[in-house]
Amino acid sequence: MSVASAIRTRDAAELPGKRDEDWRWTDLRGLIREVPAPSAALGAALLPAGPFDALAHEVIVLANGQGAAHIGVEPGEDKVVALRIVSRGDGAHAARVSVDVEVGGRLTLLESYEGEGGYLGHTALVLSLAKDAAVERIVLAADDAEGVNVSQAEVALAPGAAYAQSTLTGGARRQRLETVVRHPGGHADLRLDGVYLLSGKRHADLTTAVTHDAVDGTTQQLTKGVVRDQARAVFQGRIVVAEGADRTDARMGHHALILSDRAEVDAKPELEIYADDVSCAHGNTVGALDEDALFYARQRGIPEDEARALLTEAFIGEVVDRIDHEAAREIARGWVAERLRG
Amino acid sequence: MLSVSNLHAAVEDKEILKGLSLEVPAGEVHAIMGPNGAGKSTLSYVLTGRQGYEVTQGSATLDGEDLLALEPNERAAKGVFLSFQYPLEIPGVPALTFIRTALNAQRKARGEPEVTAPDFLKLARAKAAELKIDFDMLKRALNVGFSGGEKKRMEIFQMAMLSPRFLILDETDSGLDVDALRIVADGVNALRSPERGMLVITHYQRLLDYIKPDRVHVLAGGKIVASGGPELALQLEREGYEKYARAA
Repeated sequence: MSVASAIRTRDAAELPGKRDEDWRWTDLRGLIREVPAPSAALGAALLPAGPFDALAHEVIVLANGQGAAHIGVEPGEDKVVALRIVSRGDGAHAARVSVDVEVGGRLTLLESYEGEGGYLGHTALVLSLAKDAAVERIVLAADDAEGVNVSQAEVALAPGAAYAQSTLTGGARRQRLETVVRHPGGHADLRLDGVYLLSGKRHADLTTAVTHDAVDGTTQQLTKGVVRDQARAVFQGRIVVAEGADRTDARMGHHALILSDRAEVDAKPELEIYADDVSCAHGNTVGALDEDALFYARQRGIPEDEARALLTEAFIGEVVDRIDHEAAREIARGWVAERLRG
Repeated sequence: MLSVSNLHAAVEDKEILKGLSLEVPAGEVHAIMGPNGAGKSTLSYVLTGRQGYEVTQGSATLDGEDLLALEPNERAAKGVFLSFQYPLEIPGVPALTFIRTALNAQRKARGEPEVTAPDFLKLARAKAAELKIDFDMLKRALNVGFSGGEKKRMEIFQMAMLSPRFLILDETDSGLDVDALRIVADGVNALRSPERGMLVITHYQRLLDYIKPDRVHVLAGGKIVASGGPELALQLEREGYEKYARAA
């Protein structure tokens, strides 16, 4: 039962749907009656530039699922790679990406989903971080309102590794961006952040699952989003602290603003703790913009629309500010501002 | 300057202001004193246009212009400033960013050119020094994690930066120790001018030792029940509000 195999076999019955607990809010089975024909080949040379091209040492383009990408970082190497997952047209396609960062290597992975059309796309990523390796992965998902996109990343950390992720999405017809992390403890450090800004009838699902396997691991997670019109956001965050994974420190926050009566946010934060000596917390809020703060800003002379944009941008800004890579952070900030003020 | 006539206002269908009339000429500072629940904060919110405060009768004008017909931000651009009793926290927005946005929005509404970043910073440094505000504090999110006194000082700082024509101070002394009170009062007094009017709303007389009013009004039961010179404040301090509360 997977999206990739449904695309390969063209069997819609293999798509996950609402009977699958983890997919009940992102029902692909009910949405897609027939898996589309394979997408046509796409010449990467004809595509416009990607959002992160200028920041990267290397740009990898996977257009309509063609090819497989491997990103290797040697011991002690430090590099910035832009990974562009491009979808065009109404076909179905799947891509695979593997990332290996060796001991002490550093990688900034600037990943973008760029879609146009009513496609069904799937990307499977496998990331492996050796001891003391560091990865910052920034994902900017700009899918089409008619597209269906699923991205599933599996991340394995070695002790002492640091993995930080910021996923920013504008949603799609249906979209799921999933990250599963095996956390070995051992002072490995994990940050998993997300931002969703949804309008129209768009849907986005940010799902994460982190398993702390041994002692002394930290996880910091902050997801914030804004939904308007008839958009729908799904946040599922699971942190499992296995037996014996003492001194785990895990924090999860999910906060959403709903700016219309017909928009929806479904959130399922889960902490499963089987160890004794841990420090874990989660917070989840869903609400409207603070009317008192809005009045305060207007009393100072800021017109209502601008005050709303200022407060909303600041709300999201807390997540964007956590991006380490400065130039990527500015691109993320610009993307947020454009969506909130546009 | 400010002219309020027979003002009636309700919150959730409960009438709070019941025919309030008040004239504050330019150049004067008027104090509004009154017991809790008299409608003091309601008056400040009605004058600034807060949602949920419904004017059912009467008028309020600034230099002849109908304030009640304007949006809150339009009133601000006309020069009405309210120093809040409980200033709001604005997470994620540095104080300087907030104030600069407000200042330029007001200037734009008045058809004036925007203030450039260097000019703005120069002004901010000068005003912060006058009010003994650490400049680094202005880079932090506005009022987030600030003490009650710091928030009040930040209100006066915003007032100094925006240079409004008509100031409403709602319980500005609450949460201030004597030293902070003096700094805040100095900041307010620095804005006294023949072109400006001020309405100082307070429960206690203490603030009026520092900001000397030209007139004192007693607000009870939703209207002005007595008016007089500064001596009225001292009398209230001695005798309390009881007789006015009864009269209302």
